[in-house]
Amino acid sequence: MEKLYGYRRPDGKVGIRNHLLIIPASVCASHVAQNIANAVNGAVAIPNQQGCCELGPDFDVTHRVLVGFGKNPNVGAVLVVGLGCEGISTRQVAEEIAESGKRVEYLIIQENEGTINTEAKGIKLAREMASQLSLMQKEEIDISDIMLAVECGGSDTTSGLAANPAAGYVSDRVVELGGTVVLSETTEFIGAEHLLAERAVSQEVADDIIRIVRDVENKAKSIGVDLREGQPTPGNIQGGLTTIEEKSLGCIFKAGTSPIQGVKEYAEIIDGKGLYIMDTPGQDIESITGMLAGGATVVIFTTGRGTPTGSPIAPVIKVIGNSENYKKMKDNIDINAGTIVEGKETVADVGERIFKEMLEVINGKFTKAEALNHREFGIYKLSSTF
Amino acid sequence: MLKLAVVTHERDNVATAVRDLKKGQVVLMDIQGKGQVEVSLKEDIPFGHKFAIQEIKENQELIKYGEVIGHATLDIAVGAYVHVHNVVSERGRGDLEVGK
Repeated sequence: MEKLYGYRRPDGKVGIRNHLLIIPASVCASHVAQNIANAVNGAVAIPNQQGCCELGPDFDVTHRVLVGFGKNPNVGAVLVVGLGCEGISTRQVAEEIAESGKRVEYLIIQENEGTINTEAKGIKLAREMASQLSLMQKEEIDISDIMLAVECGGSDTTSGLAANPAAGYVSDRVVELGGTVVLSETTEFIGAEHLLAERAVSQEVADDIIRIVRDVENKAKSIGVDLREGQPTPGNIQGGLTTIEEKSLGCIFKAGTSPIQGVKEYAEIIDGKGLYIMDTPGQDIESITGMLAGGATVVIFTTGRGTPTGSPIAPVIKVIGNSENYKKMKDNIDINAGTIVEGKETVADVGERIFKEMLEVINGKFTKAEALNHREFGIYKLSSTF
Repeated sequence: MLKLAVVTHERDNVATAVRDLKKGQVVLMDIQGKGQVEVSLKEDIPFGHKFAIQEIKENQELIKYGEVIGHATLDIAVGAYVHVHNVVSERGRGDLEVGK
């Protein structure tokens, strides 16, 4: 296998990118954070709608996501920007991220005369931080240092026949080689949870898997709705997927066949090796956001219809199972796995191609989403703001 | 030989078209570990969509990947199109809980 290079962080974790992350503590600081990032090479922002007037669990989730993104090893340094009166404490977010040993600065808009002066100060600070980051050298790393997140979106029936099994081949390789893989999208375990539970390393983990699926199903039932209104989506149905069970059974292939080590809450940091499950919604952006907050450094995103989305801090490798749609969505898709459906390649052939592509991406190759600045970011919410 | 449809598991009672298939077309498929099955299509089946490879009775479970994907709301003949018009999910049905 070719040699891999990445950034070893002070806390021992390993990143494959070296972003300067500008974190707005709330919606009120998002515009200023974005403007600072726009002015500085190497900086990315995570503008969002949250951070204020959130209750209990939603507040905790937002806090965990912001801190988790700051701690993610693909981030080399962090500037947190707050308005000053929001629910999320700018200073606390900065302090918790600083536990990782990386450089963290913060700025409060209400203490800096407002937008113009905060942006000016922020740009000066960020410019200097970006220069410092640019001096960091990559060092040799091992595949076992990698945390791979697997995601699927814009599915059709080819997802379960081609793209997900091929991604599953890569998941199994990463686990065999000592790395970590994260499977998410609890809604898309419905109808397949018994197969995942059978692979749990303990009864406790098996119970956790069944519990998170029951909770999401009960949530749909408690508001008196038919889950079928949202899942499968109209596009899924047009693509040939009939029920959530069929979609789920195809979805779980992307995590391969390894034992399941544990179930993590949304955006909870993952420290172990092997395959983990994170409890996230099926919505792609919120799901990927949760897994990156948990420490994932590279994403394999399977699809049947094609989707353009990426991430602010991690490369997202798009794999499509449908050759016809590959032609229609070429701008956004890195690998065509449709050859499996056509009988031209095996799952292992395509899995090997994705694995090789992932190694190149780890070493710095831009995915299509990265090259096109796709930086979608979204925090999962349980209830409304108040 | 050009593959026209796939059966994902020996227990499956549906197959997935991997080409646009036409009514009357005869489709020969490999079934893992169980040889082959030949089905004459009763309807057009678009790429990625499913058809029955066995007689399926109303309320009977539909099997793909060797697992239950829902149940039939009508009798489904061999070679007939299988989708949301004759199959429903058994999961997350809050609509069925209302008034219970």
